[in-house]
Amino acid sequence: MEMTGAQILMAVLEEQGVDTIFGFPGGAVIDIYDELVKTDIRHILVRHEQGAVHAADGYARASGRPGVCLVTSGPGATNTVTGIATAYMDSIPMVVITGQVPTHLIGNDAFQEVDITGITRPCTKHNYLVKSVDDLARVLREAFYIAMSGRPGPVLVDIPKDVANAHTRWNDNPQIRIKSYQPNYKPNMKQLKKVVGLIKKAKRPLLFGGGGLILSNAAEAFTEFARQTRTPVTTSLMGLGAFPGSDPLWLGMIGMHGTYRANMSAGNCDLLIAIGVRFDDRVTGKIDTFAGKAKIVHIDIDPTSIRKNVQVAVPVVGGCRESLEKLNALIAEEQIDNFDERHQEWLQQIDEWKAQFRMAYDQGETVIKPQFVIDKLFELTKGQAIVTTEVGQNQMWAAQFYHFDGPRQFITSGGLGTMGFGLPAAIGAKAACPDRQVVDIAGDGSIQMNIQEMATAVQSCLPVKIVILNNGYLGMVRQWQELFYDRRYACTLMDHQPDFVKLADAYGALGLRATRPDEVEKVLQEGLASDRTVIMDFVVEKEESVYPMVPAGANITEMLLV
Amino acid sequence: MQENKHVITMLVDNEPGVLARVVGLFGGRGFNIESLCVAETVTTGISRITIVTKANPPVVEQIEKQLNKLINIVKVRDLTHEDAVKREMALICVKASPEYRAEILRIVDIFRCKVVDVGLEHFIIEVTGDEGKLTALLNLLKPMGIKKIARTGTIALMREPK
Ligand SMILES: Cc1ncc(C[n+]2csc(CCOP(=O)(O)OP(=O)(O)O)c2C)c(N)n1
Ligand SMILES: [Mg+2]
Repeated sequence: MEMTGAQILMAVLEEQGVDTIFGFPGGAVIDIYDELVKTDIRHILVRHEQGAVHAADGYARASGRPGVCLVTSGPGATNTVTGIATAYMDSIPMVVITGQVPTHLIGNDAFQEVDITGITRPCTKHNYLVKSVDDLARVLREAFYIAMSGRPGPVLVDIPKDVANAHTRWNDNPQIRIKSYQPNYKPNMKQLKKVVGLIKKAKRPLLFGGGGLILSNAAEAFTEFARQTRTPVTTSLMGLGAFPGSDPLWLGMIGMHGTYRANMSAGNCDLLIAIGVRFDDRVTGKIDTFAGKAKIVHIDIDPTSIRKNVQVAVPVVGGCRESLEKLNALIAEEQIDNFDERHQEWLQQIDEWKAQFRMAYDQGETVIKPQFVIDKLFELTKGQAIVTTEVGQNQMWAAQFYHFDGPRQFITSGGLGTMGFGLPAAIGAKAACPDRQVVDIAGDGSIQMNIQEMATAVQSCLPVKIVILNNGYLGMVRQWQELFYDRRYACTLMDHQPDFVKLADAYGALGLRATRPDEVEKVLQEGLASDRTVIMDFVVEKEESVYPMVPAGANITEMLLV
Repeated sequence: MQENKHVITMLVDNEPGVLARVVGLFGGRGFNIESLCVAETVTTGISRITIVTKANPPVVEQIEKQLNKLINIVKVRDLTHEDAVKREMALICVKASPEYRAEILRIVDIFRCKVVDVGLEHFIIEVTGDEGKLTALLNLLKPMGIKKIARTGTIALMREPK
């Protein structure tokens, strides 16, 4: 059958099971849009292409399916770059389709021409410029395969306007084979047996999980592994939800704003089993002393992550889930039943650390503490909401005070730390999971970076809830200035903010505000119960800081505690 | 940590942008490139890139892994400590004033290289060899005055089992 490029694109999207795409039209993709509306694929019209990419990202993180977006050439394409880099840093599977000027104009500085494959080469897992319609179906199939397999990531496909209009025969065989790309999920059994050997000898083991657990759907195997071996668990920001936050073995997050006991455990363990992590500097602090008393096991699908930042005793290249399932089987075979006994002293020590420093705050009568808002949100949503965040203090308090029991529940820009991520990501998550309560925990600064997506939420009937912790500051930067720059608050005060309640109203959403502690619960209740998109503006303590805090580059056991 | 020279060779899909991916990777991650050489192989669609880099052992490990991670790279190999033939070619334009002409030709003879262009004031010498040979030749020619030079950078190939 003869088809146009645009029709082939639709056919491949349908074949790949795509039900929703996020996008914004323009001249170079007008033919593609013309075909899109003839399909059953839902298109969510954003207000800025960055929003489209973050929304596709939120969709992918919430559902485990690839996020898809469609934008025009030139400025449409360049507007996606922050979103793509955000997804790349957190290994989120995504296919970004950009329009391009007709092939005969490429290189001529044509109207709205930009070399988007050149621009995004360092922040995509792979990208393509499709020069012939005959390649289109294969390229698109490869794009989905590459995005989803191995260590996932964003793939960009740039389609010139004439390629979208050209005709070719449709090849309905979805099989593809990329000779030079064959991800290896199967761990080496010899290495895994070494891991079991270390587990049998360890007295003070610590499990350290990351985003790889979520991406590979390994939460269940990870939880079983921890419980079976009675090993305490911490995760990076990206790993939150891979282990139930209500389990007694849970220590809380590790790193710059990790819990006291998680960081102390890392500093004192004799075996660190790291799975699906990449030892980011926000986790390790001073790298030379990180887990300095421990043998380190590192399991990851991406060989480049292993021995990039830390030297390890046992490297294992393999899928997180596959490796954990094998480990669970090996340990079950060995019938070891004295883990409890052997780890008792260690678990006691951890309990003592827990007693020494609890995540606490003092909620007085007059000013709302931001942590209190999250506490109440956790309580009122029964811990079941999908939570996205912006970046800064709001993000850290969300990580510390909302206790996630399951994977794909916490959606945050970890690697890139992109302000403006939370609202569009929430919209994407809501599109993927319409029956879930989706809440964006936001800062007053970040929310304004993609505030235009309020219109998207309202137009597309994706009622998300936005909780603004309004401290009138770029709070996280202010905190650094307070602690390390003698309180010189250079350009972090935002003493003019829009009236977020009126703004919500202007967008056709509901706006609510709390200024006193006794209003917090009422506002949350009303906002959460509403079936509309809601901004809840919580005017909070202006100069509250996030603790514990490990100063950048310090040993992670050296925390500032108050 | 000690930085050593490494000769890394790779087979890549001969597609637009592949070289940019490789070079971009080196630039973006702060890896060093001393020389780089690309050309087609006899297999259609496959080219060989040879890069000489200077790096310490963990960085070399990262270079190899990162290259392998690029989708268009079929195979990567560090030939530094392998039984491989390593060669470079140079075209050297050397000043040839009357008093030095005989001496230059003697050197050309000893090094088994060729004079490929002659003028009243110059010779262009074509030389092939390993790094040691090229360095030795250049050291001998320097006193006469090297006007211009073009070097290919190292290429390398594993020897087959005998
Ligand atoms: C796009 C972008 N620009 C700048 C930064 C640097 N930055 C990190 S946190 C932060 C402050 C965020 O302020 P706000 O959203 O009000 O959050 P708060 O820390 O006050 O909760 C800034 C400016 C960033 N992460 N992303
Ligand atoms: Mg703020």
